[in-house]
Amino acid sequence: MEKPKFVYVTYIRTTPVKLWEALTQPEQTRQYWGGLFNRSDWAKGSKWEHVNEKDSDPVYIFGEVLESNPPTRLVMTWVDPDDPKDDSVVTLELQPIDDLVRLTVIHGDFKDGSAMQGKISKGWPLVLSSLKSFLETGNSIDIMGSARTCQ
Amino acid sequence: MDAVFKALADGSRRKLLDALHDDNGQTLTQLCAQLDMTRQAVTKHLLLLEAANLVATLRHGREKLHYLNPVPLQEIYGRWIEKYERPRLQGLGALKKNLEANKKEHHHGKA
Repeated sequence: MEKPKFVYVTYIRTTPVKLWEALTQPEQTRQYWGGLFNRSDWAKGSKWEHVNEKDSDPVYIFGEVLESNPPTRLVMTWVDPDDPKDDSVVTLELQPIDDLVRLTVIHGDFKDGSAMQGKISKGWPLVLSSLKSFLETGNSIDIMGSARTCQ
Repeated sequence: MDAVFKALADGSRRKLLDALHDDNGQTLTQLCAQLDMTRQAVTKHLLLLEAANLVATLRHGREKLHYLNPVPLQEIYGRWIEKYERPRLQGLGALKKNLEANKKEHHHGKA
């Protein structure tokens, strides 16, 4: 097995259950993911989608839930609808440590020459710092505004 | 955040982060080969980086791999840079929109 390409970690002052809800409920993901949201029933084998309702072509990312163990572990494929061969695997791990939860995002199994690699290496740090801010202060970060500064 | 700045205030530790940026997910042995330091010194630097959450480790088979974790740097960026840049960038965005709208009108006028 090839080594994962990216590992992101953030410590959030919350509980595993609250963090799991923030990661899986559409209305919550919308709060910190720049208005885009994730939807699925998050059962093993189900489809999940990352959606921008304002776009006529609303599904930005989709995939299959490979493993679902609330509130500790979620594994899913990550597919670009415009280039379905560019797929990869995301693992989310939630581990309570005192009054914090350590959230680890492992993103790997990219295909050779994957364009998604470049996009997610900018995206995950933004989303995770926005998620932390949303859960700890109730304010998320305008990640669309900051995404612009990266270009 | 103190831990992040302390971790970054050392050339060897910055070099370790650069090495991980070039090739993410390396073992201690691989990292040692790139630095003119003892294994003990590299271990110590890696522990400090991990305590600052700038390095994340992952068990992969029998190996312990080290990854660059830029999330704390994103938080610093968000705190001091992004919020000052945003109004200027939004200004530029509005300018671009106006110019493009004018261009479109002009184009339509021609057609």
